[in-house]
Amino acid sequence: MLSKEQIAQRIAKEIKNGQYINLGIGIPTLVANYIPDELEIVLQSENGLLGIGPFPVEEQVDADLINAGKQTITMARGSALFDSAESFGMIRGGHVHLTILGAMEVSENGDIANWKIPGKIVKGMGGAMDLVSAARQIIVAMQHCSKDGSSKLLKECQLPITGVRCVNKIVTDLAVLEIMPQGGFKLLERAPGVEVAEIRNKTEGKLIVPGDIPEMVLP
Amino acid sequence: MIDKTIKDAKEAVKDIQSHAVLMLGGFGLCGIPENCIAALLDRPLSSLTCISNNAGVDDFGIGLMLKKKMVKKMISSYVGENKEFERQLLSGELEVELIPQGTLAERIRAGGAGIPAFFTPAGVGTEVGGGKEVREFDGKLYLLERWLRADYSFVKAWKGDSAGNLIYKGTARNFNPMMAAAGKITIAEVEELVPAGELDPNAIHTPGIYVQRIFQGKDYEKRIEQRTISST
Repeated sequence: MLSKEQIAQRIAKEIKNGQYINLGIGIPTLVANYIPDELEIVLQSENGLLGIGPFPVEEQVDADLINAGKQTITMARGSALFDSAESFGMIRGGHVHLTILGAMEVSENGDIANWKIPGKIVKGMGGAMDLVSAARQIIVAMQHCSKDGSSKLLKECQLPITGVRCVNKIVTDLAVLEIMPQGGFKLLERAPGVEVAEIRNKTEGKLIVPGDIPEMVLP
Repeated sequence: MIDKTIKDAKEAVKDIQSHAVLMLGGFGLCGIPENCIAALLDRPLSSLTCISNNAGVDDFGIGLMLKKKMVKKMISSYVGENKEFERQLLSGELEVELIPQGTLAERIRAGGAGIPAFFTPAGVGTEVGGGKEVREFDGKLYLLERWLRADYSFVKAWKGDSAGNLIYKGTARNFNPMMAAAGKITIAEVEELVPAGELDPNAIHTPGIYVQRIFQGKDYEKRIEQRTISST
């Protein structure tokens, strides 16, 4: 089973040179730590920045410079600042190549639920609905099962959804999976030491196993 | 040049009435109109509708207005950082409308730009789409969303001039420019106020036409929610 850091490491391997990328809060934020130095990419922060840099050292901390998780940040070389309407214009306009975000549930046709649990306090969707409605590629970072052991990769989402038919790829603590256009989770890779049978047991939605499934290679 | 300078936050908020619709700039606690919020707290106001991306924290920002029960309705995209907010929401004292962040930004932009409605893909097939017109364009579905406008908009900028021209800093820009345009009366508080003519016209983010009142704020706390420091 992968740790959160290893899920982030595996997702970082999906990133291609020249991409503009939006990272959600949680595991997706960790992905930034594992992007290979030789790749030229730009991280978008939906509160109005292209070019998120590393966290600041004490003397650099600026209350006027935060990411969407409200953490203090710095700007990378060649950054651009803008307002929230411009920011979501570039998101909805399909200019962001890749969105990486967390999820509570994903369905076999690519629906995602990550903003609301009925009966619990509702904090809001923030920018998630805008991001999933228009990103060119969406990768989800999540745990395969909830704490009680039930699958989070479902036939249909049980929780209120954030977007329909939008997820392309999922990296969990057990596997890398791709959503097929006709529906179904296609198994691409297993976490080290995890058998296909376990992934099958823990995937409620339709699992497609195309022959021998390789183990993930982590750096 | 028309001089829009007023003395301070107290003067800025003196005519605001209960039941008014307010827009307040900021993302989290970044770029919020601190001085005007403090001045609003000293007015006997209630039943306000507040349009703001977030609702502050328990002891800062809009959270302070919630604590004084001044707010009837919040229109926001994310409100997770505030216990008093949760309490009022669960007890039914507070009404909340949650809107996808990009839709919120665009509804405000539309309000300032005279566009009564527009189509967006955000929220199609979700609860957000309930009761809204859905239309297909080039094979994809979109929701009809309406503009948002306010009686008063409160914005915070880094620099401003007496003509109401504004320059923001860093990610403190966020919702401020659109809200400036969407308020019938827009009140700008700035860290540094200069006479008209001293700011570079090339660098203005919000043109003065949108601003009716401007003053130099003081004692900015600029509280940080997540102070994250690099170890190297």
